Amino acid sequence: MGARCAPLPRHEAAAGGGAAARPRRSRDGGGGAAAAGGGGGGPAEGRLPSAMGRAMGLAGLLLGLLLVPAVLLSTSLGRGDPPPEPELELAEGPPAAGGVAAGEDSLWPLPQWLRTSRRQLQLAPDRFQVVHGAGSSAGPGCGLLQDAFRRYYEYMFGHSRWRSPGRRWPFVRRELSQLQVVIAAPEPGCDSYPRLASSEAYHLTITEPVAILKADEVWGALRGLETFSQLVHEDDYGSFLVNESDIYDFPRFAHRGILLDTSRHYLPLKSILTNLDAMAFNKFNVLHWHIVDDQSFPYQSIYFPELSNKGAYSYNHIYTPTDVRLVIEYARLRGIRVIPEFDTPGHTQSWGKGQKDLLTPCYNGEQPSGSFGPVNPILNSTYDFMTKFFKEISSVFPDAYIHLGGDEVSFDCWKSNPDVKEFMKEQGFGIDYAKLESYYIQKILDIVSSYNKGYVVWQEVFDNKAQLKPDTVVEVWMANNYAHELSSVTKAGFTAILAAPWYLDYISYGQDWKKYYSVEPLNFPGSEKQKKLLIGGEACLWGEFVDATNLTPRLWPRASAVGERLWSSSNVTDLQDAYKRLSNHRCRMLRRGIAAEPLFVGYCAHEARGW
Amino acid sequence: MAAARALLLLLAALGPAAAVWPQPLRQLSPPAAARCPLPPGRFRFSYAAGSAVGPGCAVLDEAFQRYRALIFGAARPAGEARGEGSGRGAPTLFGICAERVTVCGSPAGLETFSQLVGRDENGTYYVNETEIVDFPRFPHRGLLLDTSRHYLPLKAILQTLDVMAYNKLNVFHWHIVDDPSFPYESFTFPELSKQGAFNAMTHVYTASDVQAVIEYARLRGIRVIAEFDTPGHTLSWGPGAPDLLTPCYLGKDPSGTYGPINPILNSTYQFVTSLFQEVGAVFPDYFLHLGGDEVDFTCWKSNPQIRAFMEEMGFGEDYTKLESFYIQRLLDIISSLGKGYMVWQEVFDNGAKVRPDTIIHVWKNSPPYKEEMANVTKAGYRALLSAPWYLNRISYGQDWMAAYQVEPLDFTGSPEQKDLVIGGEACMWGEYVDVTNLAPRLWPRAGAVAERLWSNATVRNLQDAYVRLASFRCELLRRGVQAQPLFVGYCDHEFDGF
Repeated sequence: MGARCAPLPRHEAAAGGGAAARPRRSRDGGGGAAAAGGGGGGPAEGRLPSAMGRAMGLAGLLLGLLLVPAVLLSTSLGRGDPPPEPELELAEGPPAAGGVAAGEDSLWPLPQWLRTSRRQLQLAPDRFQVVHGAGSSAGPGCGLLQDAFRRYYEYMFGHSRWRSPGRRWPFVRRELSQLQVVIAAPEPGCDSYPRLASSEAYHLTITEPVAILKADEVWGALRGLETFSQLVHEDDYGSFLVNESDIYDFPRFAHRGILLDTSRHYLPLKSILTNLDAMAFNKFNVLHWHIVDDQSFPYQSIYFPELSNKGAYSYNHIYTPTDVRLVIEYARLRGIRVIPEFDTPGHTQSWGKGQKDLLTPCYNGEQPSGSFGPVNPILNSTYDFMTKFFKEISSVFPDAYIHLGGDEVSFDCWKSNPDVKEFMKEQGFGIDYAKLESYYIQKILDIVSSYNKGYVVWQEVFDNKAQLKPDTVVEVWMANNYAHELSSVTKAGFTAILAAPWYLDYISYGQDWKKYYSVEPLNFPGSEKQKKLLIGGEACLWGEFVDATNLTPRLWPRASAVGERLWSSSNVTDLQDAYKRLSNHRCRMLRRGIAAEPLFVGYCAHEARGW
Repeated sequence: MAAARALLLLLAALGPAAAVWPQPLRQLSPPAAARCPLPPGRFRFSYAAGSAVGPGCAVLDEAFQRYRALIFGAARPAGEARGEGSGRGAPTLFGICAERVTVCGSPAGLETFSQLVGRDENGTYYVNETEIVDFPRFPHRGLLLDTSRHYLPLKAILQTLDVMAYNKLNVFHWHIVDDPSFPYESFTFPELSKQGAFNAMTHVYTASDVQAVIEYARLRGIRVIAEFDTPGHTLSWGPGAPDLLTPCYLGKDPSGTYGPINPILNSTYQFVTSLFQEVGAVFPDYFLHLGGDEVDFTCWKSNPQIRAFMEEMGFGEDYTKLESFYIQRLLDIISSLGKGYMVWQEVFDNGAKVRPDTIIHVWKNSPPYKEEMANVTKAGYRALLSAPWYLNRISYGQDWMAAYQVEPLDFTGSPEQKDLVIGGEACMWGEYVDVTNLAPRLWPRAGAVAERLWSNATVRNLQDAYVRLASFRCELLRRGVQAQPLFVGYCDHEFDGF
């Protein structure tokens, strides 16, 4: 993964350190790719590529256990013939559909490498602890981890009635008493913000009597805690069990985002926070907050309070600075970056209400028609405003990137305006309004650059040939031939994010998660170097038909399909296996309070409680 | 149809704060309608002189209470009820019952009244003077919920009944069991849910759950029609009822799988008699829905005993005859229990002999449902339309419009035939629906069907409907219903019931 982020050396460095048994894999070398090609067969060690083989050797030495690529696990272990292990304590049958599933049947997204044994350890909720391990650079002063320890303890044991007095364990079993979390980097990053280059890799070893979770940075520890919590399951007697396991995991793509649109419908803070929880359960790490648009301007600006005073749906439909800070902090604690989008020059109708002269007056013949178009690119006052506005945004949002939009600019209004036409002539743009758009974008990019921020733009900015700084991130959203667009963008040397196949607001009847799941982001014409420029993707839930009433069931578990595609190895593509794991994962989300909708007929042991 | 129409008369000093959904038949507002304040502290519902019913009519007594809470909400600012001394006195709502049974069974007028109440900037509740005469276009305005493909907790069903009442829907078609699970706890055959429910302890409807649903519905003027679909769609019945289902064969040997109900055994009919005796007694509505749809003949064809039976009966290779043979006996059993029945259209299509008062439920889109409506009514049977209203089939955009634009009587036929259309049902099948997404998927989309079935045929202007439905949806949010948006916009009270 590190190697795929060539323009981001910090990431490379981060991914290089860390857990001992960490293999490097070039993307095509593909780790388990070759091995899993057959889909359902047993592990074919002879076919393992060398990187994988090396890792297996290492892990094997450490643990004396057979290592199996994760993709094969569900079909090779815990189901069919017992693995070559002398100490079999429990023979598991297949879990009843919808019942409590064994841990590895519910892992989502599937870890890169995983070896699990049938040997089960019991966790006693009144004794089990998540603690800082020896040699960790983080300690009890690391609020981020302390919070996560408590949170995951709740997820694992909170829903159960285990505290009932006089409880007796049905069997004497081996016990797992601790999960020790070790942060390897000298600076664990407890108070920092996650970045594109942050390391999310972790190594999780679950053996008696303690499990060890090693990660470079706290972000990897968060991901590992999620995985650990997914492995812990409850048996028929209410005992909490985990199989002895060894997991090495890291994301395939560094940018794994969810876009929420709070302009077309306002989303209450609670909705956003709930969604951040669900994102963490699915190892997403970017909230792309499409916070304003034509329809409303809910962002309460410090410098320009009139923007939301006039542009929000109502005084109740705003995000105060406190709300915004809360979202950012809640996200940070879950290893999620918040990238705000302030889309200009189009999609800005709501800005006009609170900021005089910002939008272009449209003309009907000789007369202003009373309606307004995109931001007026010919006035100095526009850029004065933007300078100040983005200064605020740059300081309010800590992430290194701001999304500047730049999509769907309609030229009709500009064309109607005599002053704009005059300006076009002056600048020698002829009648090519894309040049005017680029002129505007250029100036905005310069403004944002001056605040030491990177930026993401929608693909039109690239398509219209605005001059972009080399580190611009281009987000590809147009469904029509997006592979070709990815090819062009990366060929020009720009970093790309893919959203086109993942517009989850486009609903249809049936199991459309399969469609999202089956996308292969790197399936576009291009060199190795080009492929490395695709840093990830985003599932977009535009808000035309979505508000707090239907957001959660519409997003989850459909977005989970995108989550696994962006996290797991490219060869994790078996739909049947995914269906089983995702169904279980969905039931787990229900237990954790996320009203994720069903994939298909069936049930969960713990249904959503309803309203 | 006309005979079954309810007449509701609402006379009061009232006026529209917002438009009403579904739109009433006739509303007369004086040119300069006066605005009457509604002080929550003093306003009351009471029975008018001359009302056929009075205190003690549980349906209205409870409806009065319910609508007070709906109108004034739980959280009203303190002291807001003051400032009453001004001019006009607080109006009292008198329900004048033109027909006792109807009004006591259907407090729909109170719903209309509640939608007329507005609130001004000062927080004062008010209504404008108006007069409304209203009654439904069709007597059967239903909603189907499927509790077999996913279990719906009792609370979700009760909440749905609330919202049905807000939409003046009056039939809850409870598709309670099907292939995937059997959540109905039968006291005659307890093994059915013990073996057939997803979870015999948690994913079941106990007798008291069923009673709760029926009573909750009754108080809202809603009938509960239970569907026990046979002979197909019965896989979940099998584990708890040995020998009920047909064993399928692979060549000469039973394959271990089962097909539809076995129509050739006497034990089958004994079982069916006992079960429907129970169901007929538990569900007070005159009608039972007997299903009869989508019977797959593959398994019957594979079974040597069935083939022998076919020969005996002289059915040849026509398995629809066998299906009709079963259905015929089932219908006779139901008749003998003193119940009426509804069936899915295949029963009619396959030529089973049904009683003249049978209701044929039209659900298929091919052949076009208009043809089927014509055929069913031409044969003299009453028809119920669902084909264009499968709300589980979602798509991007404002699909409520398509549901809204359906005209149930738009088929070739005589006025007598049209009179045989008793209404329709919106269906929410459960393949992809459970408690997590039921409410936003249903509402306000089912509202489109509700207005089509309640309001005059001429009420079909989409723009006007959009405005009223969007505002009604906001009212639903205010009442705590998780109704999804029609399109871009906002409501003063957004949903916050996480």
